[in-house]
Amino acid sequence: MGATTEMEPKEMRVVYAETLVRLAEVNPDVVILEADLMKASATGIFQKRFPDRAFNVGVAEANMLGIAAGLSASGKIPFAASFTCFSSRRAYDQFFISCNYSGLNVKLVGTDPGIAAEYNGGTHMCFEDLGLMRNVPGLVVFEPCDPPSVAALVERAAAHKGCTYLRLHRKPIRPIYRDGESFELGKGKVIRDGGDVTLIAVGAIMVPEAIAAADLLKADGVSAAVIDMHTIKPIDRELVVAFARKTRGFVTCENHQVVNGLGSAVAEVLCEACPRPLRRVGIRDEFGEVGTLDYLKGRYRLTAATIAEEARVVLEG
Amino acid sequence: MIGDDEIRRLKIKARDLRVATLDAFGHLGVGHIGGALSVIEVLTILYYRHMKIDPGQPRLAERDKLVLSKGHAGPALYSVLADKGFFPKEWLHTLNRGGTSLPSHCDMRRTPGIDMTTGSLGQGMSAAIGLTLGNRLNGSPGKVYMIIGDGESNEGQIWEGAMCAAHYRLRDLIGFMDYNHMQIDGYCRDIMNIDVPEEKWAAFGWFAQRVDGHDFAALDRAIERAKQEDVRPSMIVMDTVKGKGAFFAENNVGNHNMKVDEAMAAEAIRRLMEEVL
Repeated sequence: MGATTEMEPKEMRVVYAETLVRLAEVNPDVVILEADLMKASATGIFQKRFPDRAFNVGVAEANMLGIAAGLSASGKIPFAASFTCFSSRRAYDQFFISCNYSGLNVKLVGTDPGIAAEYNGGTHMCFEDLGLMRNVPGLVVFEPCDPPSVAALVERAAAHKGCTYLRLHRKPIRPIYRDGESFELGKGKVIRDGGDVTLIAVGAIMVPEAIAAADLLKADGVSAAVIDMHTIKPIDRELVVAFARKTRGFVTCENHQVVNGLGSAVAEVLCEACPRPLRRVGIRDEFGEVGTLDYLKGRYRLTAATIAEEARVVLEG
Repeated sequence: MIGDDEIRRLKIKARDLRVATLDAFGHLGVGHIGGALSVIEVLTILYYRHMKIDPGQPRLAERDKLVLSKGHAGPALYSVLADKGFFPKEWLHTLNRGGTSLPSHCDMRRTPGIDMTTGSLGQGMSAAIGLTLGNRLNGSPGKVYMIIGDGESNEGQIWEGAMCAAHYRLRDLIGFMDYNHMQIDGYCRDIMNIDVPEEKWAAFGWFAQRVDGHDFAALDRAIERAKQEDVRPSMIVMDTVKGKGAFFAENNVGNHNMKVDEAMAAEAIRRLMEEVL
C-alpha cells in the first residue's frame, strides 16, 4: 500500500461496517440492529456474512434500542444505528433507561450528524445529540474524524464494557491518520503542535476545517495547535490543561450546538482547572435547514475562515 | 391438567404473597397497590409452577426469564423473589427506603432475580423481544415471560414490539396483559379505550387468548396452550381486578398509587387470612 492509496477518501460507513464484520469474525457476541436504514449504514455486508446476527427491525427506533438492551442482557454486544436525529432525540429514553440505567452494553450509532444531513434538511439535522448524550451518566461519547479513526475507535468501543455513543459521518472522507494508528477512547490526538492558540475540533467536517484554519493562521505568523478531541465524554482533561499551560487561548470547532457539546466540555475543564480565553465555533441556538454541505458550512459559519477569525479574537483579547 | 390440590397450593401461596406485599406497602405507607395486587396470581403460577429458575444462580443463562414491563408492580414480584430465596425476606421492609435494593420500579442492577429494568412504560416489551432473540442466538431453551399493563398499552412502543415479535416468530415469548380496566386517571374505557385487546393482538399475528387472571385453572390452560405454539408469540389477556384482595383498593379508581397505612394493611391482611381457600 503506497501513501497515495492510503490518502484516498473512503466512505466512513463502509469502514464502520467492515470493522464490525472483522470484529464479528472473532467474537460471536457482536450483533447489529438497524431501523430500515441498513442501506444508509452500509451494514448489508454484515447481514450477508452473519444473517442470524443482523436485525433490521423496521422504522422503529425505540423498539430497536429496547431489543438491543435485551440482547445485551443475553450477553451480546449490539451495535444499533440510525440517523443521528432518531438515535438520539427520538429514542433517548429507551437508550437512557433500557440501555444505560440498566447497566447494559449497547453501542448506539448516530449517522449523518449535524449539517451532514444535507438534503434531508432541518427535520433530520441534529445539532443536539452530543449534548443529550453527555448528560447520560457514564456514557462514552465519541465522534471519529476519518476512516482510520473510525476503525480503531469502533474496536475500542466494542471492547469497552458499557454503553457508547458513536457519532458517525457516513460519507467519503480523506484520511488524516495512517491505517493502524492507535487510538484510545478519552484520549485526544494532537494533530499539530503549536504555541500561540489551540484549536480543538471534533468530527469529519470540523477537524479538517481546523487544520485548514491552522494553515491560514500560520501564514499570518500564528502558531496554532490542532487537537482532534474524538471523545467528547470523558473529555481528555489532561490534554486540555496541558495546552492551557502552553498556549494563550482556545477555539473549539464542532458541527453541533455550542451549548453542551465540545465547546461546553472544554469550557468546563478550563473554568475548573486553568482559565483561558475561549471562543466556540458551532451552531448558535438555531435549527437546521436544507442545503449542500458547502452551503451549510457557510450558512452556519463552520469554516476554516471562521475558526481563524475566532483565533485572532482570542489572541487579541 | 392442573389438579385441585395444586390449585389449593397456589391459592395459599397467592394469599401469602398478597399478605407480604400489603405488609411491605403498609410498612412504607404508600405504594402502587392496585397494579401490584392484580398480578399476584400470574406471578404465582409462573414462579411456582411454570418457570425454570434457580435462586442460587439468578444469572444462569438457561433460565426462564420474566420481564415485568409494568415495572410499578415490582413490589409484588419482590414478595415472590424473597419467598423464593433470591434475597432475605427482611428486605421487603426496606421498600423504597434510601439505599434499598427494592425500588418502586424493577431494577436489574439492584435486585437479585430481576431480569430486566422496567418502569418507563412500553420499554419492557422490546427488551423481552431482545431477550428472546438472545436465547435463540445462544441456543438457550428458556422461555421469556412478559407482563404488560392495559394503561401501558397506550404506548406506541408496545405496538412496535407487537409487530416485531410476530415478524421474528418468537414462539418462546409468552406475554400477559393485566387488563384490570383502570389506569392512573380513571377507567381505561374513558381515558384511552383499548376495548377488546385480544383482537388487536390476534390482528398483529400473536396467538391471543383471554382468561380470568385470578383463576389458576384458566391461567394454567392458557399457558400450556401458549407453550404448544410453534410459530407465534403468545398474548394472554387477563381480566383482573385492580387492587385485588385489598378491601380499600378494590373498585377504587384512585388505587394506582395510594396511601396504605399500617392499620389499613393490617385490616386487609386480617380479612385475607379469614378467607377459606
